[in-house]
Amino acid sequence: MGRIVLEKVSKSFGDVEVIPPLDLEINDGEFVVFVGPSGCGKSTLLRLIAGLEDVSGGRILIDGQDATAVPPAKRGLAMVFQSYALYPHMTVRKNIAFPLRMAGLDKAEQDRRVEQAAEVLNLTDYLDRRPGQLSGGQRQRVAIGRAIVREPAAFLFDEPLSNLDAALRVGMRLEISELHNRLETTMIYVTHDQVEAMTMADKIVVLQAGVIEQVGSPLELYRAPRNKFVAGFIGSPRMNFIEGPEAEKHGAHTIGVRPEHIAASPSEGLWKGTVGVSEHLGSDTFFHVHVDGFAEPMTVRAGGEVGLRHGDTIHLTPEEDKIHRFDAAGLRIA
Amino acid sequence: MARTVTTPRKLINTAFAWAVGLLIFFPILWTILTSFKTEAQAIASPPIFLNFDWTLENYAVVQERSNYMRYLWNSIIIAGGSTLLGVIVAVPAAWAMAFVPSARTKDILLWMLSTKMLPAVGVLYPIYLLFIQLGLLDSRAGLVVVLMLINLPIIVWMLYTYFREIPGDILEAARMDGASLKEEILYILTPMAVPGIASTVLLNFILAWNEAFWTLNLTAVNAAPLTAFIASYSSPEGLFFAKLSAASTMAIAPILILGWFSQKQLVRGLTFGAVK
Amino acid sequence: MATQHSRSVARLMMAPAVVLLLGWMLVPLTMTLYFSFKKYLPLRGGDLGWVGFDNYIRFVTSSSFWPSVQATLVIVGGVLAITVVLGVLLALLLDQPMWGQGVVRILVIAPFFVMPTVSALVWKNMFMDPVNGLFAHLWRFFGAEPISWLSEASMPSIVMIVSWQWLPFATLILLTAIQSLDSEQLEAAEMDGAPPLKRFFFIILPHLSRAITIVILIQTIFLLSVFAEIFVTTGGAFGTRTLTYLIYQRVLESQNVGLGSAGGVYAIILANIVAIFLMRIVGKNLDA
Repeated sequence: MGRIVLEKVSKSFGDVEVIPPLDLEINDGEFVVFVGPSGCGKSTLLRLIAGLEDVSGGRILIDGQDATAVPPAKRGLAMVFQSYALYPHMTVRKNIAFPLRMAGLDKAEQDRRVEQAAEVLNLTDYLDRRPGQLSGGQRQRVAIGRAIVREPAAFLFDEPLSNLDAALRVGMRLEISELHNRLETTMIYVTHDQVEAMTMADKIVVLQAGVIEQVGSPLELYRAPRNKFVAGFIGSPRMNFIEGPEAEKHGAHTIGVRPEHIAASPSEGLWKGTVGVSEHLGSDTFFHVHVDGFAEPMTVRAGGEVGLRHGDTIHLTPEEDKIHRFDAAGLRIA
Repeated sequence: MARTVTTPRKLINTAFAWAVGLLIFFPILWTILTSFKTEAQAIASPPIFLNFDWTLENYAVVQERSNYMRYLWNSIIIAGGSTLLGVIVAVPAAWAMAFVPSARTKDILLWMLSTKMLPAVGVLYPIYLLFIQLGLLDSRAGLVVVLMLINLPIIVWMLYTYFREIPGDILEAARMDGASLKEEILYILTPMAVPGIASTVLLNFILAWNEAFWTLNLTAVNAAPLTAFIASYSSPEGLFFAKLSAASTMAIAPILILGWFSQKQLVRGLTFGAVK
Repeated sequence: MATQHSRSVARLMMAPAVVLLLGWMLVPLTMTLYFSFKKYLPLRGGDLGWVGFDNYIRFVTSSSFWPSVQATLVIVGGVLAITVVLGVLLALLLDQPMWGQGVVRILVIAPFFVMPTVSALVWKNMFMDPVNGLFAHLWRFFGAEPISWLSEASMPSIVMIVSWQWLPFATLILLTAIQSLDSEQLEAAEMDGAPPLKRFFFIILPHLSRAITIVILIQTIFLLSVFAEIFVTTGGAFGTRTLTYLIYQRVLESQNVGLGSAGGVYAIILANIVAIFLMRIVGKNLDA
């Protein structure tokens, strides 16, 4: 079981309030991602749940029990650190067995669980190596192995993929998702990368300056962002925002259109502009378009092999029902 | 990338560096050589470098005159004991400063260092009186405590700088894994900091071994270490170069040998952990 | 960043070291202060009562006070100047590619292992002895009159002995610092057209500033209390009586504890002035 409830949890460092009181419910078996720009308090929130930091106010309930004052080791949570935090002087086997050794399990049971975890994580051949002799991906797996063997109520991941190169990151993302499907244990995952959030999460918590901006499933956030911040943060490339007369036509202070919801044509369309930089990815092409009368250039997704070049004229047409409207305060107009 | 250097350039570097190195080392070399000469050869004019009659006679005389082994043993006990005790007191303090820093950590550290600046001579008499009161005068236990106290700030500082290189994540991981504070320090921190602790121990052993204010002023016979042994040769009647050299060589040999065998840790330690 | 619990544990863990050092500082200091206001002659009547600031006045007005302060500053300043300058040069030399670098490094470090009493004795007798010392031989070889080093040039001699002991330390710290300099920085400067001398002054020397601070700090701590070197060589004669040595003589040789304690208080004040000054610099550099 791993149901975690935060009630009015807040955190201050000295006079600086990094997290104003917030409420959050994480259900058993859920994969929850905390996402936000760096410094938004997402790691601090995770460390509060882990017990590595004291809350300044509020309560943390784990499976209905008040865990606010319980030391980290007794909360039944396992954590995977950004730096992996492997013990460099111990072999992989000893690293994975460490929490079991601390829990006082007998040697045979320790070995059994370590072997089992190693098999799941493809680490069997590396059990007698030291962390220094492993690649980044393997180290990551050892860190996960060390978390798995404890059979925790929930896993906490603190930006676990940020030290890996791009190709490995995609692979590990899948592995962690598969692990979640197999174990069905609650996972809380912190990242600044919205792609990770979108691909892995059951539920995304978008944070900014310690405040929860929105909680919801990836598609809810994509389809109906509650404000401009979430709208801009979720989705890649970013949503285009347009202010001024064009927005007023829609009865809003600002309107937002995602690059993938704009049709591009060389001959006709609603908005006329000039192609600036174009990024050809093969499957897609992204054009940066300077539209006459708009302050900001727009990003537009076009098909893979559209033959427009720098300086060419382009016509854009947004899909009417995919236009997001925001008021002067940045809040969504339903 | 290190750049390749032309051979003549490297040759000049080598010659120059060796010349300077030998010049700096020369007083020690000369002392060791002289210790194997006869007294007449030791003061021969012009000086003889190598082609003299090698003899061990001086060592025998020195050993006979002043029981070398007893001084050596005192030095080992005093330097070793004070260092060990210092490390035991310093490890927890350095752990706290490195991993649970507060606003005052730096002040405490600097204050500790500043006690090192307390001129020993300013408190010599009080310590002397206390030692008489406590019956510690001329005892090894007393010196162990005093030398531990004077080196404690340096031990704390060095361990602190080494501990700081250890990522706090790893200790937090251990805490999450259920390790108690004792287990965290014993199973994770200490093994990871072994090189740093070794450097600290070595350097402070040497500092304690060579300490010559308290050891000279607080000992007489029983607890006198090698600093006192050699000081007894400073009187004019000790003015026999060969025997003086033999005694000097005996006093510094243990540390020279220890130092050369553990060069790597020492080089690290000699920088007091302050420079990486 | 930590929890309340770990902070209270941390205080507990620091307690032994803090309490010990506090005791080590306060107990003798209080006693020294107490004695400094007394006429106290252990061998000639013992405690002869309170005398107010008499000891303090007598100590500073004595003809040997200012010379001793001067001697202290000359030794500290002289040794610092020599070891830092030679240390930088030596570190630059040892950083060059060469054969047998390890051995040369051992040779250079060796003096640090020699206990002060030994080095003072060896220098005094085997090198500086006006009749049989090596220097005397050398001087005669060039047809000069041998110098009686420790009486005619006592200060330079002592500064030289102490510098010899501390040069390895300075060299080693500075060498470590030089080796940590990113070589790309130097190459960039070279590409920018900086000749070697300019590279030294604009790149290497600024990079060494922290290391030089550390050298100065640590050496000053030890140099202020130089004792054995003077004890063994001149015994404080020929203008080499430092403040430390003067107090030592008052307390142990003339057995005037009150007067010596007043001197001790002065020495502590002097040390604190230096300490505050140095701590400022180090405190600033500690996090850098």
